[in-house]
Amino acid sequence: MEHKELICINCPMGCMLSVDIDDNGEMKVSGNNCPRGDVYARKELTNPTRIVTSIVNVTEGELPVVSVKTKEDIPKDKIDEVIAALKGVTVEAPVLIGEVVLDDVAGTGVDVIATKNVNRKH
Amino acid sequence: MNKHVSILIIGGGPAGLAAGVAAHKAGVHDILIVERDIRLGGILNQCIHNGFGLHTFKEELTGPEYADRYIKQVEELKVPYRLATIVTDLKLSDDGHTKIVTTMDEEGGLTVYEADAVVLAMGCRERARGALNIPGERPAGIYTAGTAQYFVNLEGRMPGREVVILGSGDIGLIMARRMTLEGASVKLVAELQPYSGGLKRNIVQCLDDYGIPLMLSHTVVKIHGEKRLTGVTIAEVDDHLSPIPGTEQYYDCDTLLLSCGLLPENELSGQLGVTLSPVTSGAVVNESLETSIPGVFSCGNVLHVHDLVDYVSEEASAAGNHAAEYIKEISEGVNVPDSDDKAAEGRVIVVTDGGVRYSVPSILRPDHMADLTTIRFRVGAVFKDVDVVTYADDREVMRIHKRVMAPGEMEQTVLRKTDLLKEGTPSTYRITIENKQS
Amino acid sequence: MQSRQIVIIGAGVVGASIARELSKREADVLVLERATDVCEGTSKANSGIVHSGYDAKPGTMKAKFNIEGSRLMPELSKELDFPFKNNGSLILCFDEADRNKLNELLERGNKNGVEGLKILSGDEVRAMEPNVSDSVVAALYAPTGGIVDPFLLNVAMAENAAVNGVEFSFDTEVTKVAKCSEGGYEIKAVRHPSIRNGQEEDADCEIHADIVINAAGVYADKFHNMVSESKIHITPRKGEYCLLDKKVGGYVSATLFQLPTAKGKGVLVTPTVHGNLMVGPTATDVEDHDMTDTSAEGLNSVISTGGLSVKALPSRGNIITSFAGLRAHEDGGDFIIKEVNDAPGFIDAAGIESPGLTAAPAIGKYVAELTDGILGLKMKRDFESVRKGIPCISLADQAKREELIAKNPLYAKVICRCELVTEGEIVDAIHGPIGAVTLDGVKRRVRAGMGRCQAGFCTPKQVNILARELGVDISRITKKGGDSVLLTGFPKEEPGAWVTSPKGGADHE
Repeated sequence: MEHKELICINCPMGCMLSVDIDDNGEMKVSGNNCPRGDVYARKELTNPTRIVTSIVNVTEGELPVVSVKTKEDIPKDKIDEVIAALKGVTVEAPVLIGEVVLDDVAGTGVDVIATKNVNRKH
Repeated sequence: MNKHVSILIIGGGPAGLAAGVAAHKAGVHDILIVERDIRLGGILNQCIHNGFGLHTFKEELTGPEYADRYIKQVEELKVPYRLATIVTDLKLSDDGHTKIVTTMDEEGGLTVYEADAVVLAMGCRERARGALNIPGERPAGIYTAGTAQYFVNLEGRMPGREVVILGSGDIGLIMARRMTLEGASVKLVAELQPYSGGLKRNIVQCLDDYGIPLMLSHTVVKIHGEKRLTGVTIAEVDDHLSPIPGTEQYYDCDTLLLSCGLLPENELSGQLGVTLSPVTSGAVVNESLETSIPGVFSCGNVLHVHDLVDYVSEEASAAGNHAAEYIKEISEGVNVPDSDDKAAEGRVIVVTDGGVRYSVPSILRPDHMADLTTIRFRVGAVFKDVDVVTYADDREVMRIHKRVMAPGEMEQTVLRKTDLLKEGTPSTYRITIENKQS
Repeated sequence: MQSRQIVIIGAGVVGASIARELSKREADVLVLERATDVCEGTSKANSGIVHSGYDAKPGTMKAKFNIEGSRLMPELSKELDFPFKNNGSLILCFDEADRNKLNELLERGNKNGVEGLKILSGDEVRAMEPNVSDSVVAALYAPTGGIVDPFLLNVAMAENAAVNGVEFSFDTEVTKVAKCSEGGYEIKAVRHPSIRNGQEEDADCEIHADIVINAAGVYADKFHNMVSESKIHITPRKGEYCLLDKKVGGYVSATLFQLPTAKGKGVLVTPTVHGNLMVGPTATDVEDHDMTDTSAEGLNSVISTGGLSVKALPSRGNIITSFAGLRAHEDGGDFIIKEVNDAPGFIDAAGIESPGLTAAPAIGKYVAELTDGILGLKMKRDFESVRKGIPCISLADQAKREELIAKNPLYAKVICRCELVTEGEIVDAIHGPIGAVTLDGVKRRVRAGMGRCQAGFCTPKQVNILARELGVDISRITKKGGDSVLLTGFPKEEPGAWVTSPKGGADHE
């Protein structure tokens, strides 16, 4: 029997989760105020994932960079590979929210998309 | 020639946008949003991290994406706005009814508006080094977390390589992760208080994920470096928040980021004569989010500093609705401002004690209350396993159990009008914290 | 080696004043300044007070130049368009037993020729300044006391000198001054790389000068002692200050001094010409000639000691910044302004501590006359005595604003919202006769970033404007020249600077 304490990062409530893991690896989660807490705790203890946000360079834009994110969460231990893959990525303005900036980043199967509209410099 | 507008909204950030959309939907279309930046969205434009919108849109968005949802509505509804325009003066007309708003911008020069209602949505600023009175030299390399965020996220430049962060406000925590991801080394986050000023989830995903230590009850006691910062001295503080001699430790760094609190930017409100709360530095408002001046409403971070943009939007929508109601009332000749005596009659004052620092609103006018009123508040210390209890005079109205409450996280309760008025109109509505009732 | 007629070391308020006075004459003048701008030493961190002149001992250089300087200041402020206000000074006495000292000051002031001095009772003082402490029993009132913007006084004199032909060489650190056998002096200096000179590396330069004027502030002893056997010694005396928000700038209207007692010289509380409230300074002798750091003890003592003068100093929540400056205290305690006995053609303006700012205009005149006496210079016919400052949008009324904006729409584009400073003003500051090249330089000329948010919002905007106007990348922009860079590179330049924590966020309390 093993006991873990976690803070749910799904939403700003930051529920304090208690997880009891029995000898067969079965988990019992408590302290969550919604079902997402249960899912989070199980995932965090087996395969933790995160959304990664960053920026990439823009040419011809009214801003020199555009903000981007991984469209879905990616394995936590891949964060640095995702960032490394974004190094040197450049897109040309105009850029629209949701536009794919880099597909299948670092072999995660997840695309990196723009999170901001950047107009062309006039 | 002065221009007339029904509702003038100062600020095109999340609060101003939501207020404009709500007022328009409530039927007032003669609106103007005045934004000082060259784009709408306010500070959200530089908050590129995710975690916005779970409450409002039931999905996790980044700051620019969240802002875009509201900007789209403003565009679709054709709510008028002006960019790169600053309000320089805000005053009342001689009869006290009209709000005279002077703006300045590169294209139009000076413009004077006569507004029936004004929504204050100017947001807040970060507490700077000077206000913290940190001793030492004055080199380059000391930034508020928000300034650093601007450089990294909007300019694509690094403001430093080796970073110490003072203050565990959310922007500081978010910047610890951003700087780390973009190649800087964040050595530690020092927090003067014995608890974090930011959300728990940000400590987990911005500090713990990257092994950045959070040193509670520590502060920067000296800044070193003549030209560019070369290091800081950090010391532990005692229960009175005074540095403990002998605990000083020197850290090499070229950058110090400050995340030591946000201050509502109420200089314009002060010009107008709006009564401000010494606790929140925001306006004192009633259930309609109306300030001490009839027809002047306040919402978002200029009213009181929020942790979550979702609640800013919610509050600002309410302010927009109330501003629209006000316009309708004056057009029907209903809302002739009361004399002070009459206005004070039947008011319920919201009192906070027992660890509750303030509430918004702090005045309730039963005849203006909707069935449900959201009351937001903050506590002054960390509380575990307690009840938030409210009283109409001496009668208990609500008792809600809380596992944990912290100063860094805003709380809210929803008050039912019928519950407040069950035994007539009380003179006070008190929000307090009591030990858990078994 | 280049050959110059007159070299001034230092572009502080004294060097700038001397330069301006010399620029009235037909002369070849070069100013060498170690920093990247004018007003970077003692001149930038002081009380900004125009002392009426009751304090200095009769017969001293301090007394002479103080009185003359304070008389010159009102007219000069009109001629050179810098903010000056004649707000009057009060020297507060807290103890009946100290009244005799107040009388001594009155007598001294009268001897020095200070006009209008009188002693007021505690109640008279409070009638004049309602927020003065109830424990004040009497005060000396000096109606000629004033306040000035020390940066703009310095900038205005230097700019006017430049317009009239004086050359300024910034980032130029004098390392050696030596007498030449054939007369005059050989100066060795290092010119450091800067936006102003476009250099990538240090460059040595050698200059021969007929006359050397030593206005080097806390370093004046160093240069004096290179050429003279009769040594002088300057001790940097540090003073710490707190600057308060404009919200409380009207708390007092006169400058409140405390009567010096056995416990110390006291701390002043004063409005500034821009409407802030300022409290300070401390006085601590230090070794380091560059260390202008503040200390917790110093700042606390400024607030607690300054607080004695008033009913309730509104410092809580209203301190927007604190700073320290070094006064150049010479062992003899007086200004040293003369041609050095054993070094003909080498003129000292040394030991210029308080009331140096007030005295500067008079020192400039006197040193120019000394130089004149040696070289026999002709007065210029085409000297341009008037300088127009940069328009100040925040102080302009509606009509004036409209007029300015019609001329230049950039005067409507607000960059610093706390102080309402526009892009037009910042661009003017960059392109002035001695243009700003740093954030601090812009700040001292037009107050951008000097308000309550202390440049939190406008730093990135200012950096972009500076880079655009100076034609450089934003990475070259500094806070105050040298290595004070604001940006260190690009994101993702240094891969692998971090390692994912293996903890997975677990076990968090």
